[in-house]
Parts: sequence; structure tokens; C-alpha cells
Amino acid sequence: MTNKMRCKSLFKVAVTLCVILGLWQVVVMVFALPSFILPAPLEVFEKLVQRRDVLLKHTLVTGAEILLGLLLGLCMGLFFALQMLLFKPLKRWLLPILIASQAIPVFAIAPVLMIWLGYGIASKIVMAAIIIFFPVTTCCYDGLRNTPSGYLDLVKTMGASKWQRLRHIQFPASLPTLASGIRVAVVIAPIGAVAGEWVGSSEGLGYLMLQANARMMIDEMFAALFILSVFSLALYFITDKLLKKIIPWGVL
Amino acid sequence: MSANRANCEHRLASLAISIDNGLMQYLDSQAPTLQGINMQIPAGQWTCILGRSGCGKTSLLRHLAGLLDQKVVWSGSLRMDPAHAELKDQVAYMAQQDLLMPWLSVLDNVLLSTRFGESAKSGFFVKNVRKIHAQKEQALALLEKVGLVDNASHLPQQLSGGMRQRVALARTLMQNKPVVLMDEPFSALDAVTRYRLQNLACALLRDKTVVLITHDPQEAIRLAHQIYLLRGDPSTAELLTSLVSSTPREFDAAGAQLQQRIMARLEYDDDE
Repeated sequence: MTNKMRCKSLFKVAVTLCVILGLWQVVVMVFALPSFILPAPLEVFEKLVQRRDVLLKHTLVTGAEILLGLLLGLCMGLFFALQMLLFKPLKRWLLPILIASQAIPVFAIAPVLMIWLGYGIASKIVMAAIIIFFPVTTCCYDGLRNTPSGYLDLVKTMGASKWQRLRHIQFPASLPTLASGIRVAVVIAPIGAVAGEWVGSSEGLGYLMLQANARMMIDEMFAALFILSVFSLALYFITDKLLKKIIPWGVL
Repeated sequence: MSANRANCEHRLASLAISIDNGLMQYLDSQAPTLQGINMQIPAGQWTCILGRSGCGKTSLLRHLAGLLDQKVVWSGSLRMDPAHAELKDQVAYMAQQDLLMPWLSVLDNVLLSTRFGESAKSGFFVKNVRKIHAQKEQALALLEKVGLVDNASHLPQQLSGGMRQRVALARTLMQNKPVVLMDEPFSALDAVTRYRLQNLACALLRDKTVVLITHDPQEAIRLAHQIYLLRGDPSTAELLTSLVSSTPREFDAAGAQLQQRIMARLEYDDDE
């Protein structure tokens, strides 16, 4: 039954994609648009095959930036959330930093990060980490703080210490909330990485797109864009599947 | 079997509690919630505390469980017989919600108390394998008693409300404490499930000192050895009656009369 339903939904996605691509092709053909304005999907596909070596190389760089950025952002978010939970007075000091990290647009600090961390992969990792830091921290903190008080009361009567409560009750209880933070993070982390590449880099899909754009190779730009979208989508669905597997009791 | 059980009872010395002139006031409140509380809670018996919502019965129970230490001022004496340092180390607490951890299997939920306190103490790095095995055997035996041994590996959300509360009962028994504090644990269940669970709890908690809070007179009449009414503002406790017949009791005419009396008393509270 579920298999059949999965086939059905996959079929729907395929049909939607075909229709969009078909429309795109028709628009290009009817209006006779030159390929430097809007390349036809077939041209993009051709480019995708033709330049696969270059694309693969840059995809690997961007992919590494995104994944490492996610890892760094998650660790930072968890760390901050724990600090705020465990040391209540610290929260008043940390919260402004947290909000400021969101108030300053990540594009605006990108040039500074380039100067500090160089044009390599490090500055992009930090960009991705900064952009996901806020959703991860707030979700984790909310999850930890909103542990049902009944759970905590129960284990208090069992003689659980503060650390035991955190480890055995508050942390697992916060996982479903944290998972929604991670889902958001996975979607927006690529934005940080690519924005970093636009500001200054020598490799990565963002760099490739910028170069292709400057040289009017719009079909290559679309090819890079396509890979980036597929990568982001795949990342999201894999993460979602994994989270559902690890946290089967979550409501989502 | 009976020798074994007597042995078990001997090891688990039951505990009586007496409260004299207890007064309780929340720190953020102007008036006391409870005043002039005098209660004798005999060892190995069921004491029911009846009262309407908001009369402070849950507060009293939570205080006994040591959950209000930072939130209330308590004066008056609270004695245990035999004496212990802290009452809260002698109690197991069962709430209205089953409070099963959704990320733990039924078996692990029953074993929850073994992760904390005294029973969790083992080698610093090396866990005591034999002890863990014994605890698991004990938990499975308790699940057998509540009729859920086949569901040991399930997650709580796969169970019905009645089954979940049975797991909670097994978890309470696993703590192996002389006093069991129950805060309306059956009130969220349907009538038949509640009836069955009352019978089961009655059978399994026979040797314990049970303090059961309820707003349902019928439940108190079925299960209690003594019934206290908590009413007034601030609430005072009043010993309504002691029942000698064996529990769980059948619904009968005397019970119905007693129920009528209780209702009249609780209703009278309104006019004061």
C-alpha cells in the first residue's frame, strides 16, 4: 500500500517536472530566445554532460562547505543552547549576541570573513554555520526548556540529579524540536555557502556560476544551478528520512 | 509462593506517615493553601484523599513526594514510622498522565528508575552486568504481572491508554518503595478500563502504604481503607470514615449511601 502510494507521488513529481521543462522548452522555441538570455533545457542538459568533470569538481567543494558548515553550526547551536539552559544568568548575555548574529545580514559580513579567513573553504564554512546558527540554537533551547514538567517531576521522585535529568530526559525530549531546527538548517545552509563563494572564492558552484555569468555562458550557469538545487533537495530528503528513523516518536 | 511473599514483605518494611497540624503556603501566595492538616496514614493500607479540583490535594501529595521544596513553606510535623531521614526517598509517584517516555521502549520505561539514584550506582566505567540482567528480569516479571510482557519492545505510542497506565504501574512497582503516592492515576480512563486497573493496582499494591488522591467518591469507596475529605479555604483534612472490608469492593447499597454522604459533604463546601 505504502509502496503504491510512494510510486504514485513519485509519478506526480515526474509529471510536474516534465510539464515545467516542456513549457520552458516551448517558451524558448516560440519566442526564439537567444541562449544567453534563457537557454533551452536541452542545452542545459547538454552542458551538464559535456562539462561534467568541471561541475563535479566544484560540486565537491560546495558540498564539503555545506556539510562542514552544517556540522559546525549544529555544534555551535547545541553548545549555546546548553549554556543558556544551564547557566540562567548567561542567557541575558548570550541572547543579544544570538539576535545580533541574525540582525547583521550574512552578506554584509562576508567580505570581512574573507579577509579574516581567506578565500578558501574556511570562510564559506563559517558563513553557512552563521546562517544556520540561529534556528538551531533557538529550536534546541526551546526543546530543552519545554520538557514536559511531568517527566521531570517523575524522575525527581526517582532521585535523578540535574545531569541525569538533562541526559536521560531533557535531551531526548528536545530531539523532535531540534529536528525541525535541523530541517530548516539543511535548507538554508547552501545559501550561506554559495553567498560566500560569490563574494570571493576560486572554486565551488557559486564561483562557477559567477564566472559563467560573466562570460555569458548562461547554459553552464543553469547547469550549476540545477546541480545545486538537486544537491539541496537530496540533502533535505536524506536528512528528513534519517531524522524520522532516529526519532520515530516525533510528531512531524 | 506464600513463604516467598512473606519474605518479600519482611524485606520491604512498610511505612506509616503521620501529619500533625500541617500548614502549607505557596511562596507566591498570600493565603495558605492547606491549614490544620492532621492525618494518620497507616502502613500497608490505602488512604484516599477526596476533594474537589483546586482544594490543594495535589499540592499535598506533591509536597509528600518532595516536589515542592522550593515553592512552599511547610510547618507542622511530618513523622514516619519507622523513622527515615527523608520521606521523598521512600516514595514512588504515579501521576494522572502515564508519563511514559516516548523514546523508550515499554521495558526501558519500566527500567527508568534504575538509571537514577542508588540503584544506578555501579562501577564507574564497567557496568555491573549481572545486576543489569537481574533488573531486566525483574522488569519483565512485573510486565508479566500487568499482562504486557508481549509488548515489552513496543514504544508507548503503540499502546492504548489503559495499557500505558499499566506500564506506569509496573514502573512504580519497579521502584520498590514502601510508599506509593497516586494522583488520580485512573481518572483519564474509560469506566471499564478504570475498573480493571483499580483491581490490578489493588492486587499489586497490597503491601504498600498507598496515598491515592481522587475526585471520584466511587473510586475511594472501592479502594480505600480510610477516606479523608479535603475541603474549605484554606483546606483542612477531615477523616470521613475507615472501611474494614477487603478491597476492591463491589458496588453495593452501603457504598451508594456512603457515596451520597460524601457528595453531600463536598457540595456543602460550596455554601460555606
